Amino acid sequence: MNVKQQLKEGLLTQNPVTVQLLGMCSTMAITTSLFNGIGMGLSVLVILTLANIFISVLRNVIPNKIRIACFIVVIATFVTMVDLFLKAYLEDLSASLGVFIPLIVVNCIILGRAESFAYKNGVAASALDGIFQGLGYTWVLVVMCVIREFLGAGKFGGGLLGEGGKGIVIFPEEFGIAGLSRPVGGFLVLACVIAAVQYFLNKPKKAEKKEEVAQ
Amino acid sequence: MDFQKLIEIALGAVLINNFIVSQFLGICPFMGVSKSTDTASGMGLAVTFVMGIASAVCWPINHFILEPQGLVFMQTIVFILVIASLVQFIEMFLQKSMPALYSALGVFLPLITTNCAVLGVVIQNTQQGYTFIESVVYGVTGGLGFLLVIYLFAAIREKLEFAEPPKAFEGFPIALVAAGLIALCFGGFSGLSIFG
Repeated sequence: MNVKQQLKEGLLTQNPVTVQLLGMCSTMAITTSLFNGIGMGLSVLVILTLANIFISVLRNVIPNKIRIACFIVVIATFVTMVDLFLKAYLEDLSASLGVFIPLIVVNCIILGRAESFAYKNGVAASALDGIFQGLGYTWVLVVMCVIREFLGAGKFGGGLLGEGGKGIVIFPEEFGIAGLSRPVGGFLVLACVIAAVQYFLNKPKKAEKKEEVAQ
Repeated sequence: MDFQKLIEIALGAVLINNFIVSQFLGICPFMGVSKSTDTASGMGLAVTFVMGIASAVCWPINHFILEPQGLVFMQTIVFILVIASLVQFIEMFLQKSMPALYSALGVFLPLITTNCAVLGVVIQNTQQGYTFIESVVYGVTGGLGFLLVIYLFAAIREKLEFAEPPKAFEGFPIALVAAGLIALCFGGFSGLSIFG
C-alpha cells in the first residue's frame, strides 16, 4: 500500500470517526475548546503510532489466541506514559481532559487499528497508519471544537489564543447558542460533521452513476 | 452509614450525571447495540452487572494493594486487566452455573471489556474517593442509568427506521440527532439539587 493512499484513507475514506464511527466518546465529550481538541488529538496520535509500531514489531511473537489481551497491555502502557507526561508538563490540559486520558485505553480506534492493521502489516506501514489515522481523528476534533466554541460561546481558540488563554472573542458570550457547549451540542455537531462527510464522499459516486445512465 | 449520600449518588448517576448523555461514556455500545429494544435491554443489564462487580472488585485492589505500595500511577493498566479478566470470569461462571442468565447476556459480555463506562466508573470511584459501599452504589446505579437511556434510545430508533431524513443524514447521523434530543431532555435534570 502506498503512502498517498494511506493518507487519503486516514483523513477521508477510512476516517476513524466519520467513516469507521470509532472513538466517539472522547470526540463528543472534550470538544469544547480548541486547546482540548488539539491536545486530545495529538495524545491519541502519539499513542496510536507508538502502539502500532510496537504491535507490528511483536506481531510474530504475539500468540493469536490472546492477542487482544496483549494489545490492551501495550496500549495501556503507552496511555499511562502519556498520562504521566501530561500531568507533569501540561497540567491545565490534563485537568480539563480528566478521565478521558486514561480512557484512551478503551478507545476503539487504537484497538481497532492494532487488530486490523498493525497485526498484519510491516513496521513502517503501521507507523504511517498510526500517524494518518491520528491526523484523521485530530482534524475531526478540531473542526468540532471550532464549531462548538464559535457558535456556543462566540470564541475561537480557547485555552490557546487570546488574553490569558481565554480565546479570541468574536461575539459576546450571551449571544451564543449555549446548548452547543453542553452535551447535546456534542451529539448534534458530530451528526452534522458526519453527514457532511458522507455527503462529500457520496457525491463523486453519484456523478459517476449519472454519467453511466447518460451513456 | 449515610443513606442521604447514597441516594444522592444514586440519583446523580441515573439522572443528573448520566453516563451516556452527560458524561459521554459508553457511546460505542450505545450506538452499536441499540437497533432493537430487546438487545438494548440485554446490553444495559449486562453493563449494569459488570459495572457493579467491577466497582466492588477494583475498590479493594486500589485500596489495599495499589495505594499502600505507591503504585497508583499503574491504575489504568491494572484496572483494565482486572476488568478484562473479570468479564471473562463472569462469562465462564454464568455459562456454567446460570445458563438462563448466560443466554440472555452472553453475547454482550465480551463487548463490555472495551466499554469505556466500566473503566470510567472505576477510575471515577478512585478520583472521588468513594467508600466501598458508595463505589458499588455508583457502579450499579450508573449502569441503571445506562440501561434507561439505551432502552429509550432503542425505542426511538425502532421508529426512526420509517423516517425519511435527508440523504446525507441517513443511518448514523440521524440517530445521533435523536440521541442529542435525549441528551437535551436529560439536560433538564442538571442543577437539580436533591437535598438542597
